[in-house]
Amino acid sequence: MELTVEYFLTVSAALFAIGLYVALSKRNAVGVLMGVELMLNSVNLTFIAFSRFTPADNQITGHVFALFVITVAAAEAAIALALAVVIYRLRRTVNVDELNLLRW
Amino acid sequence: MLLDNFYDIRDLQNLVEWITDPLNGQLAYVVAALLGCVAILSFIGATAIINIWIERRVIARMQARLGPNRVGPMGLLQPVADALKLIQKEVLVPRLGDVPIFLLGPMLIFIPPMFTFGVVPFGENMAYVNLNVGVLFIIAFTSITTLLIFMAAWSSNNKYALFGAMRVIAMLVSYEVPLVLAAMGPVIFAGSMSLQDIVQFQKDNFTMLVWIQPLAFIVFLLSATAEINRSPFDLAEAESEIVAGYLTEFSGMKWGLFYVVELVNAIVSAGVVATLFFGGWWLFGLEEWIPGWLIVIGKIYFFYFIFMWFRGTLPRLRMDQLMAFAWKYLLPVSLVNILVAGLEVTLWLRNDWDTGIAFPIFGVINAGLLGFLAWFAGRTLAGKMAEAPTRAHMGTPLGEIYRSPA
Amino acid sequence: MDDLGIVIAFWTLSGLTVGSALLIVVTRNIFHAVLALIVSFLGVAGLYVLLSADFIAVAQVLVYAGAVSVLMLFALMLTPRQARNNAANYLEIPGLLLSLVIGGLITVAAVSTDWAEVDDDRGFDATSRLIGEALIDKWVLPFEIAAVILLVAMVGAIMLVREDQ
Repeated sequence: MELTVEYFLTVSAALFAIGLYVALSKRNAVGVLMGVELMLNSVNLTFIAFSRFTPADNQITGHVFALFVITVAAAEAAIALALAVVIYRLRRTVNVDELNLLRW
Repeated sequence: MLLDNFYDIRDLQNLVEWITDPLNGQLAYVVAALLGCVAILSFIGATAIINIWIERRVIARMQARLGPNRVGPMGLLQPVADALKLIQKEVLVPRLGDVPIFLLGPMLIFIPPMFTFGVVPFGENMAYVNLNVGVLFIIAFTSITTLLIFMAAWSSNNKYALFGAMRVIAMLVSYEVPLVLAAMGPVIFAGSMSLQDIVQFQKDNFTMLVWIQPLAFIVFLLSATAEINRSPFDLAEAESEIVAGYLTEFSGMKWGLFYVVELVNAIVSAGVVATLFFGGWWLFGLEEWIPGWLIVIGKIYFFYFIFMWFRGTLPRLRMDQLMAFAWKYLLPVSLVNILVAGLEVTLWLRNDWDTGIAFPIFGVINAGLLGFLAWFAGRTLAGKMAEAPTRAHMGTPLGEIYRSPA
Repeated sequence: MDDLGIVIAFWTLSGLTVGSALLIVVTRNIFHAVLALIVSFLGVAGLYVLLSADFIAVAQVLVYAGAVSVLMLFALMLTPRQARNNAANYLEIPGLLLSLVIGGLITVAAVSTDWAEVDDDRGFDATSRLIGEALIDKWVLPFEIAAVILLVAMVGAIMLVREDQ
């Protein structure tokens, strides 16, 4: 069988859907962050898949974009987990259900 | 159909054709991959068993003891006796721990050193894979070790194990930074991240990179010693402070696997240092006469001896000294080294200098830099480090790290 | 890309990736969820290797499996009174519906579009050199901005979790 870009896009879509569900539905803030990372991974997979199926002299652009996404994801994870630790220090919980101070 | 054409041992071509013919030649890849796996596994297994004896004897000699000398001639069968004893011991599993993860930890811990060994070249065409991101691959897979140690510690549901894991992670993550930056020195000069290309560069220019990049070599050696958790950086299992760190709950052969992996990691690090800085399978033309893998193994054991020397003679560092050494000393020094190396390579390539003249000059400059930085940074940065710490690091109970605000 | 080995590798790796991603959803223990996430990251790295992106694959292992997941484990360890049961919050049903709809839409769009693909027999070019040249040539401004973002994130994270002296 011939592997085309659609196969990789389907895997990427599945990863994105799972990541979205995890990010929306987990109670622990670390779980929410895990969902976000999964979504970023699926986007990266799309970039790399498209760059594989473009002409070879153009493929580096997708790689560079994926590299930037990885960089930003690392920064985002550091900040988000620092926030989780600070929230835990103040409220004794990182349950996103219980973090409702801003509710009117 | 194989035996019809197979007359004697010299007729290997028929065997090769028989292997490469079916499945569009893909069977050859599978066979080659399996052969490489078996070679790496058996090399690692054999050296791990021998090194138990070597390490104990050498350190005993350094400490004016005899070491194991009862089982077999000169105690050579001591590793076998140890293994038999460990296999017979009962494996205790903590009841409140995370049992599947606990049992998985000692098995998975072998994977990173195996992966790392796959990219180390043992001869001109004798690397399991010649990745063109080899150096980065090594760094990436040694960082997986952190996770596996954390798995082992978390699943044993033990405070001392968690302390040990926290120390390991803090240490490995800190020392990874100078390790990467130091490895970039050879990469900048060779212009490639493939270990095979780095060796080829040293062969073409008839020099070892340690003469061009002495500072990177020192930083890399020290960081590698920390990465593999050996003394004087073995805080993770400091038995006088936290029982045995992440190994506390492991017993029997599970503990034995962690112990062996420590030796294997030392071998792998020695191989990487030998390849990056000491020419790998190249030794001033000697590789024409004796096989390259013998040269590599000789260099590996030279660096393994240096690691043993560290272990036998240096006292253990304190936690804050350890972190300060990585962040305040090794990191700035290796950044300066990268800057200087980049400038030198740019000048060399832009002006098309003769390497026979340029590299000795670079070597003298970098050796001077090493001396100056060791003196200067030791005076300015490390001088503060030697003072008494103002407060304890990680001194509060684990569950109570953050007190709730009043 | 119709080699038997590549097809087998694709199905194995994508099964591993999606399967362990599903494990994150269903497992009852958040520590196991992080471990499943790591396996999923490694599976994605394998897919990158399949797509001739060796540098990105190694960067994925280095950054995600080596650094981000360690941060997550640290965050788990530093929140000891928190329940570890990986339970769902009140958005469980709407989240499920929304993710199914969006995943289905993306899949339909991906499959039904006629992509202009070029499938040459591409091996492993040394992408690291090309990426390096692209980063300091065409993409130098985003590169510098990413560096600034990393620095700001590092300083911000340190300032956030710093204990008051």
